Amino acid sequence: MSQSEYLEVFIDESEEHLQAINDNLLKLENEPDNMDIVSEIFRSAHTLKGMGATMGFEDLANLTHNMENVLDLIRNGELEVTPEVMDIIFDAVDDIEEMVTDIASGGDGSRDIQEITKQLESLQGIETEDAGEEVAATATAAPTTETSDEIEETFDEYELTVLSQSEEQGYKAFKILVTLDEKTMLKGVRVFMVFETLEEAGEIIKSTPSAEDLENEKFELSFVVTLLTHESKTDIQKRIEKISEIASVKIEEVNVKQEKQKKLALEEKEHQEAQQKEEKGTKGKKEKKPSQQSSSPKEKSSSNKKQKGMELNKTIRVNIDRLDVLMNLFEELVIDRGRLEQISSELNNNELQETVERMSRITGDLQEIILNMRMMPVEQVFNRFPRMVRSLSRELNKKVKLEIIGADTELDRTIIDEIGDPLVHLIRNSLDHGIETPDERVAKGKPEEGIVKLRAFHSGNHVFIEIEDDGAGIDKEKIMNKALENGVVTDEDLEKMTDQQIYSLLFASGFSTAEKVTDVSGRGVGLDVVRTTFESLGGVVTVDSELGKGSLFSIQLPLTLSIIDVMLVEVAQEKYAIPLTAIVETAIVEKKDVYNAHNQKVIDFRGKVVPLVFLDEIFDAPLKNEEQDFYSLVIVHKGEKVAGLVVDSLIGQHDIVLKSLGNYLTNVFAISGATILGDGQVALIVDTNELIK
Amino acid sequence: MTVAEKKDLKVIVFQLKDEEYAIEVDYVTSIEKMQKITRIPGVPSYIKGVMNLRGVIIPVVDLRSRFQLEEIDYEENTRILVLNKDGDEIGFIVDGANDVIDISSTDIEPTPEVVGGVKEEYLRGVVKMGDRLFTLLHLEKILPKVKD
Repeated sequence: MSQSEYLEVFIDESEEHLQAINDNLLKLENEPDNMDIVSEIFRSAHTLKGMGATMGFEDLANLTHNMENVLDLIRNGELEVTPEVMDIIFDAVDDIEEMVTDIASGGDGSRDIQEITKQLESLQGIETEDAGEEVAATATAAPTTETSDEIEETFDEYELTVLSQSEEQGYKAFKILVTLDEKTMLKGVRVFMVFETLEEAGEIIKSTPSAEDLENEKFELSFVVTLLTHESKTDIQKRIEKISEIASVKIEEVNVKQEKQKKLALEEKEHQEAQQKEEKGTKGKKEKKPSQQSSSPKEKSSSNKKQKGMELNKTIRVNIDRLDVLMNLFEELVIDRGRLEQISSELNNNELQETVERMSRITGDLQEIILNMRMMPVEQVFNRFPRMVRSLSRELNKKVKLEIIGADTELDRTIIDEIGDPLVHLIRNSLDHGIETPDERVAKGKPEEGIVKLRAFHSGNHVFIEIEDDGAGIDKEKIMNKALENGVVTDEDLEKMTDQQIYSLLFASGFSTAEKVTDVSGRGVGLDVVRTTFESLGGVVTVDSELGKGSLFSIQLPLTLSIIDVMLVEVAQEKYAIPLTAIVETAIVEKKDVYNAHNQKVIDFRGKVVPLVFLDEIFDAPLKNEEQDFYSLVIVHKGEKVAGLVVDSLIGQHDIVLKSLGNYLTNVFAISGATILGDGQVALIVDTNELIK
Repeated sequence: MTVAEKKDLKVIVFQLKDEEYAIEVDYVTSIEKMQKITRIPGVPSYIKGVMNLRGVIIPVVDLRSRFQLEEIDYEENTRILVLNKDGDEIGFIVDGANDVIDISSTDIEPTPEVVGGVKEEYLRGVVKMGDRLFTLLHLEKILPKVKD
């Protein structure tokens, strides 16, 4: 395999190791005495160094080596974990990251590492010598095996067979070490003469170097020939010594049994070494991301992939367009499956039913695989934020703690790829404009350390990502003044606007409320870009805030899951599908248990007041069903808010293909799409988020 | 349109109330018998809903309702003309599909003020062939607005 084929594996793994280092460094900062963390960082750094060196990226290998030394000092308790030390290590990691990025984009990964190396070395002080000794030790260890008296020659399987067979036939095998005189002019000729002499005596089965190399004089002065012969050791010795310009001849009889054992031992050793290496590798990988050891099948398969990646390169890259085509074809299959299921249940033929059931199971598995191929946990995006928050808060002299909730929430890959940058903007915004300086916070009676919460969760057909801070909140007056100043709105507009709408002005272009423009944010372009990016993904951004208490930025993103689990319900003889992800539970309540509150029908459900939404009214159904004494409810939620959808009956749970209503029918209230049912009819999919205020 | 009008047009002639109308055959992908339509809440009343056309969900417009003609119950002859305009498919419910004929662009005459109560803006002209008279529809004007 050529190097370029390894390159992708190298880049992928380097990124993983860097992420692991970053995560663990952050952990270490919180628990400076936890040497287990240091060991883990050390392991990642070590692997990185090894990979870098193997691939020939010297700067990377050198820098990681230096970093490793520092980590070693920490591990041995010779260096304390101080913010200064951490800063330097973080800088080094940054440099390594840059290199990997460079390599990934086709560069050679070289980078000026003098400055950072100097810093790392200054941390190490005198201990840099240790590393040198270490290298020297390994260097001296290597050649020891060569010093024995025996003539060095190893045989392969085939040669050993030949040797043992000829032994059975009474031949003797000799290893002959011939050393030519230093002054020999025509080495090739001498070799030829030796070979000829030996061939008169017996059969040459092997020579080291090979006969070809010997003829081309590609050797120093000595070579080893293995000969099968009936003649005695001394006879052979004499024959060779007759040739001129031969300095010495050394002959040893080959002990076939010994050779075999030698070979076995060697193989064993190699095997063990390989195994150790592998064990070490997998161990490092396994421990690297304990948080990712969740049991979703996709992650399992990806960790398998990692273990074998280096040797077998079991991953391939597939264009996302091809996955889309696959998905479309599969959607057709799911519709036909539904139809088949219906037909088979009508025909009531046992064999047909069995086959259809089997097919349903297989397509079910297939569906999971296809969907999983496209889904990734938001962790992919989130995991770079802790690092960012750390360096930003140091830069801004603020104390900020980032809490990440729901990092395992999965999103379609195309969306994952896009949301990173706008989220960076929003988090920066929270740190820069939201969280106050420690002094201000103390003066306000808040804890010194501000908290930024990054939250991801599924709700209905959407994934919500929220960024909440307990900072200063948004000053409505300031926004209004600024908006008027910039001519974004008029006085009249402002009067009619709700608080939320006013907050949304933040996202208008050319808007910045920070009193001083900082490096971090505040150029007034950020939030505008944020909104456009999310909107291009079909997302919606909203802001809520309480002055002095903090603010909440909420982003609603579509799942773009084209196959979803739904509960089919009947409302006034029409069928509707409610995404299972939005459903908390179903219930039946008696009419007498329904109360009126502010012109809104509510029920008391598990101690909570739950408003009722009558789907037949919302969808102004033309046909009314006869009144019953009870309501069938589907309790749905949006974040923490819940509502009870009143339906006529529950039909059951189905896997359906989400289809769009086309370009002529956009923005239909509370309908997010449609699907084709088993009987070929179309059912509408309810967008429960629009039904919950 | 100048190029198109010089050439001969192939049109589908269909029935709506007691008049005949025509639409260019290029727009028509298929003619379907009446089938189950799923109502969509909260849309203009002339959009009857959506139907499943071989795995694709397409909106269906009742052309009588679109032209503010009285609506009648669908019957044996009722057809859905499936049209494709720039990749978006839409179905038109008509009283019946009668014919496919070739017309010459010279046969198209300007629309009289009012034809059978259908607003002038929806029409491209009137075609007279022998004793048959039918109205060529202006598809762009009839289609619901496409939103981005």
